[in-house]
Amino acid sequence: MSESHFTRRNVLKTGATLAGASVANMGLWAQAWAQASPFKPEKGAKLTLLRWKRFVQAEEDAFMALVANFTKATGVEVKVINESLDDVQPKASVAANTNQGPDMFWGLYSLPHLFPTKCVEVTDVASYLGKKYGGWVPTAETYGKGPAGKWIAIPVAYNGNVINFRQSMIEKAGFKEVPKDTAGFLELMKALKEKSIPGGFALGRASGDGNAWVHWALWSQGANLVDAKDQVIINSPETVKALEYIKALSDTFVPGTASWNDSFNNKAFLESQISLTNNGVSIYAAAKAGAAKGDAKAKDVMDDMNHSLWPVGPVGKPTEFHICYPLMAMKYSKNPTACKAFMAFMLEAENYNKWLEDAVAYLTHPLNAYDANPVWKTDPKLSMLRDAGRRTLTAGGLGSVGEKAASALADFVMLDMVASVCTGRASIKDAIAVAERQAKRIYR
Amino acid sequence: MTQLWQSKNFIGLLFMLPAAAFLLLFLVYPLGLGIWLSFTDTKIGTPGKFVGLENYAWIIGDSKFQSAVFFTLFYTFVASVIKFALGLYLAILLNEKLPFKAIIRALVLIPFIVPTVLSAIAFWWIYDPQFSVISWSLKKAGLITENINFLGDAWNSRFAVIFANVWRGVPFIAISLLAGLQTVPPSLYEAAVLDGATRWQMFVKITYPLLTPIIAVVMTFSVLFTFTDFQLIKVLTNGGPAGATELMATMSYNTAILGGRIGEGAAISTAMVPFLLAAIMVSWFGLQRRKWQAGSENNE
Repeated sequence: MSESHFTRRNVLKTGATLAGASVANMGLWAQAWAQASPFKPEKGAKLTLLRWKRFVQAEEDAFMALVANFTKATGVEVKVINESLDDVQPKASVAANTNQGPDMFWGLYSLPHLFPTKCVEVTDVASYLGKKYGGWVPTAETYGKGPAGKWIAIPVAYNGNVINFRQSMIEKAGFKEVPKDTAGFLELMKALKEKSIPGGFALGRASGDGNAWVHWALWSQGANLVDAKDQVIINSPETVKALEYIKALSDTFVPGTASWNDSFNNKAFLESQISLTNNGVSIYAAAKAGAAKGDAKAKDVMDDMNHSLWPVGPVGKPTEFHICYPLMAMKYSKNPTACKAFMAFMLEAENYNKWLEDAVAYLTHPLNAYDANPVWKTDPKLSMLRDAGRRTLTAGGLGSVGEKAASALADFVMLDMVASVCTGRASIKDAIAVAERQAKRIYR
Repeated sequence: MTQLWQSKNFIGLLFMLPAAAFLLLFLVYPLGLGIWLSFTDTKIGTPGKFVGLENYAWIIGDSKFQSAVFFTLFYTFVASVIKFALGLYLAILLNEKLPFKAIIRALVLIPFIVPTVLSAIAFWWIYDPQFSVISWSLKKAGLITENINFLGDAWNSRFAVIFANVWRGVPFIAISLLAGLQTVPPSLYEAAVLDGATRWQMFVKITYPLLTPIIAVVMTFSVLFTFTDFQLIKVLTNGGPAGATELMATMSYNTAILGGRIGEGAAISTAMVPFLLAAIMVSWFGLQRRKWQAGSENNE
């Protein structure tokens, strides 16, 4: 091919042709899928899906393309409603109670376990996908299965919550990397405060970031709300030790973290006001997007920042807490099989791989076969997110993942206990006593 | 039948029915259902059983509930007193002869017109621990060296949300009292001037007594709105830090809707009713004074 062929017009034309062919192929595949699928939607079915509002635009674009393909292949129209993360649960709860509302809800953590009897059983979908894609990671089974061991939701993805840090700032504090143990991590945080720019984690009622770091810190020291039989064990020497560790950690934070919700740390990190925090990879995605638009400050952040897995504490194993996004169909839906078809369609490789790639590691897969997705190889700053589903513990910790765990999370039992101690509102003993009383009420 | 149609009582009853049906459906039924639920252990998705006063016994002993009751009362009292003082002052100012009076009166209403969530988001930035414009200005002026921890400290956050509530609520009180001020006959002031009364005496002896009825109504509404405030707290602090700014309304929502314990959440919201009734009683007695002030023979 001569050089003259590489004109802008030709490249665009070729790209458009390839894209057209790809779209056409996708359409053909989708139609073939619909014919071969074991899940045949009800005649004339229409679906409404309420989902969490996207954090990465490309993810939503890929999702909507997937929805459009589903409609073309099956004839089932799918109306998608976006709600902020915190609003999905109340809306799903009201719908479950009144037996009307969207056919499907795509929420977080143990949402389906708040009303397991209201969810369509999807064991057939889970088995179909599990067999085809190398099986589910263990925590996906925990989140997906209801009280009788039957699947009540399909865990579609995890949102990995990791340590975000600025390489230059931790180097200024005398560290080359984030230590892998909790004792070393405390030393890093102290050094950041003394010699560099301090870090900070949300101590406000931040359902994502706040719950993620607080549970990691407590679990890493062996502190648990309940045991495997859902007996409350928060009042323990391990909790005292954990709260002492967390208090020491919080003393190194930038001022104001007690008021942080899920977005405060993003802003502060992007403005170089903090050196280290916990978050999904959305800060990195925002820095990348800013850099692509020519923002020099965003480019500096993008080049300098990195991610790290959480340090391991005295318990000797990872105690991370990543958000799980389960998708559930409601029993009141007139089109339960169409819901199942949509779930299966979404997690098929032809759709899921593209969606996962476009989510640029903000989301992690629950099915083992997707370890091979290119997104885990293209950027070394993101590759550690691949194992989020395997490393995470589930809502409830040692205990069940059911409605009680969901209730304890919604009530911020652990987060408020930690915040009370860190802000000096309560002594360790009093804070534990309040949490214990609340937990005993929830787990009675 | 014809007799029935000619009966004033029957026609009156007939005209009352739509309003009664509306009240029964949207007021009495939800209130009754809420009270009933507070005596059950209903959870989302599962019908509960009657548990008597168990929910109430639990919340009374709960330190988080006690803290929410304290802050709800503190928030309502402090915000209402400040709103009343500022509102009355503003109303008197706006009642004076001012250039561009109509425009100024319209502008004063802006904080009340702006949707609560939007103003809460604005305050969210104003109080931001890292980017607060107040902290930035004070630092530039050399008055402080570190940012003010508006929402991260228990008492700072309490006063910060009270300030936001006052900012939003003052226009309602000011404009309502202004309407009341304009009903005071100028002849009373003229007579007072002739009698040599000072401005303070005119305020105490004429303005305030004649405004009392409208103050009673306006302050009742203001207290009710403040007591049941939700959006401002939900957006600004979500009840944090560590529950310091939790109101009974936000706690009820968090418990019932987010936590799924509808019975317990209903008990928290039902516990608000006695306080709200007390506020209505204040209004009732305030309105009674009106008849007495107007010199009516009916002094019941």
